[in-house]
Amino acid sequence: MDALTTPFLTGTAIGAILLLAALGLTLTFGQMGVINMANGEFLMAGAYATYVTQQVISSTGLSIVVAIPVAFVVAGLLGLLLEVSIIQWMYRRPLDTLLVTVGVALVLQQLAKDIFGAQGDPVSPPSWMRGSINVFGYDWPHRQLFTIVLALAALGALGAVLKYSSFGRQIRATVQNRELAETMGVSTRKVDRITFFLGSGLAGVGGVAIALISGTNPTLGTTYIIPAFLVVVAGGVGQLNGTLIAAWAVGVLTAFLTDWISGSMAQVITFALVVVFLQIRPQGLFTVRTRGLA
Amino acid sequence: MTTTAAEASEVPHAAPKAPEPSVVPPKRFSPPDLFRTYCPLVGIGIVALVLLVWAPNSLTAFRLGNLGKYCSWALAAVGIGLAWGRGGMLVLGQGVFFGLGGYAMAMHMKLEAAGPGNVPDFMVLYGDATMPGWWEPFRSGPFTLFAIIALPAVVSFVLGYAILKRRVKGAYFAILTQALAVAFSALLIATIKQTGGFNGLNTFTTFFGHNLYDPTVKKNLYLIVAGLLILCLVIVWQLYRSRYGELLVATRDAEERIRFLGYDPANIKLVAFVVAAIMASVGGALFAPIAGIISPSNVGATASIMMIAGVALGGRASLLGPALGAIAVGYGQSTLSEQFPTQWTYFQGGLFIVVLLFLPLGVASLLPKLKALVSRRSTNMDVPSADPEAVA
Repeated sequence: MDALTTPFLTGTAIGAILLLAALGLTLTFGQMGVINMANGEFLMAGAYATYVTQQVISSTGLSIVVAIPVAFVVAGLLGLLLEVSIIQWMYRRPLDTLLVTVGVALVLQQLAKDIFGAQGDPVSPPSWMRGSINVFGYDWPHRQLFTIVLALAALGALGAVLKYSSFGRQIRATVQNRELAETMGVSTRKVDRITFFLGSGLAGVGGVAIALISGTNPTLGTTYIIPAFLVVVAGGVGQLNGTLIAAWAVGVLTAFLTDWISGSMAQVITFALVVVFLQIRPQGLFTVRTRGLA
Repeated sequence: MTTTAAEASEVPHAAPKAPEPSVVPPKRFSPPDLFRTYCPLVGIGIVALVLLVWAPNSLTAFRLGNLGKYCSWALAAVGIGLAWGRGGMLVLGQGVFFGLGGYAMAMHMKLEAAGPGNVPDFMVLYGDATMPGWWEPFRSGPFTLFAIIALPAVVSFVLGYAILKRRVKGAYFAILTQALAVAFSALLIATIKQTGGFNGLNTFTTFFGHNLYDPTVKKNLYLIVAGLLILCLVIVWQLYRSRYGELLVATRDAEERIRFLGYDPANIKLVAFVVAAIMASVGGALFAPIAGIISPSNVGATASIMMIAGVALGGRASLLGPALGAIAVGYGQSTLSEQFPTQWTYFQGGLFIVVLLFLPLGVASLLPKLKALVSRRSTNMDVPSADPEAVA
């Protein structure tokens, strides 16, 4: 039983982080066609925001609560800065945004190295997060549980914003048909900027969870960006439920394969399975039906 | 995929179309057009003179070795220019094919160094001195040469067939190729007993029986890589001039129209992808003996991105741009990173941002503008073939 529950629960926690990283990607990709390779660095920014918050507020319990909004705003503002300074000039060339944001990612990584040092810094979790609960004989760390709760809360909040707020309606309208949304008076430029802010901010929240699990590191973004993109590819672009299922599936799959074979083989097999999956469903799990040719 | 994303994936090539007003069918027999047709050959000739005649006679052995390394990257870059510049496929995993060739050659050299019947030194060091069966064929030189071509061809064909036939394109394609590079380097690092792990394969002594420490052998290795680079440039020049080259550009710019005209865009792109993979593999195969090492850091996602950087700088759709850009980035990397190790990363990142923001078609796109400024004939003798109009 233990051999099944351990990777399942760990994998669910990995999936939760992937979900937070992938939500921002799927939003910006689905809405603007922008592929933001710097999204991994927004995770890193969130992790460092947590670290800095903990340096300022010594109480570990309070600092985590404060760190979540701080990380959201810091990463969100970085994303907004990226949009305003670079991305907005490149909407006509979405594929090029991939390479531009690779450059931005390199710069952000080196900035983090110069500011915080090449070594990572530990972030100490509050006392209530140090224990573990027993699930079918496996001591499940509270931190992983917290990660899952955090990711689900973020997903719920995003879903609620998209569904119920007028602003969320504008986002959905822009995703579905940009020109028509514009004729209806939606300022798509404003919508794009706020989407970028939201998506990057969610990655920042993911950074809080990563900081609690493995501390900060200037290059932690590179670990998550490719799996997060595979999640977007498999889940279907701009689809929250597809992203949720794909993130969970990729997380659990990786954990099981790591448990059975090795971490690196897990990466290879996950990649192969995503390619095989695309043979069956080239547009991802969930798609918006269109009459487009592509 | 939503409507906007679907449309968006068609748009990126709207920009490259801009400097191509010369869609008038070429009148082959009038002298100026003959000049235009063969101008690229003049450009290749100048590059060949510099690489094959000037460099071996005036550079020190150390600098020549470095130039050889840049040339092996340039081989991969020429392929990227074909797949990305002309085919619109952003290939972010060329390091994998570079690595397939590099590791095949390195395995052969390791076995040669170990001698018949013996196993490579690192297997004694890290493992129990048993050699995995798939190493055995690489004892044979001809098989190794065959594998350098066949391995990347098979891998790229299978992957390209699986992805392209399902009409997965644009960003999806780019991300899948990058994921492949990440998985490949992770696999190499994990299999220390079979592939040398993080340290890769190094300390080679002979190259097909020739002592690698001999200066003449080093020089000849350089001449081989430079010669192959020129050969690949000529191949690509012919490809661009051919009917296939026109189809490839047409697929890049309007895939649906090509489909409605009765072609299968997947096949057209697949050819470019496989050719690009073989070129990268040949580059890798010569990188290993010249650099004396092939390791996961030469083939991973970061290395693949750096191969793209040269192509973006030089001009993805031009003939000579990718190769010259790769050589320039290689040179910049080894000189700047020695003097300013931390600033180099900023420079690297900044290069991507500045080039793609302000010069999406690279330095090559400056030439037509320059030509318009200065009088026509006198300037286009300098680097005429980098002009996208001339090769389109």
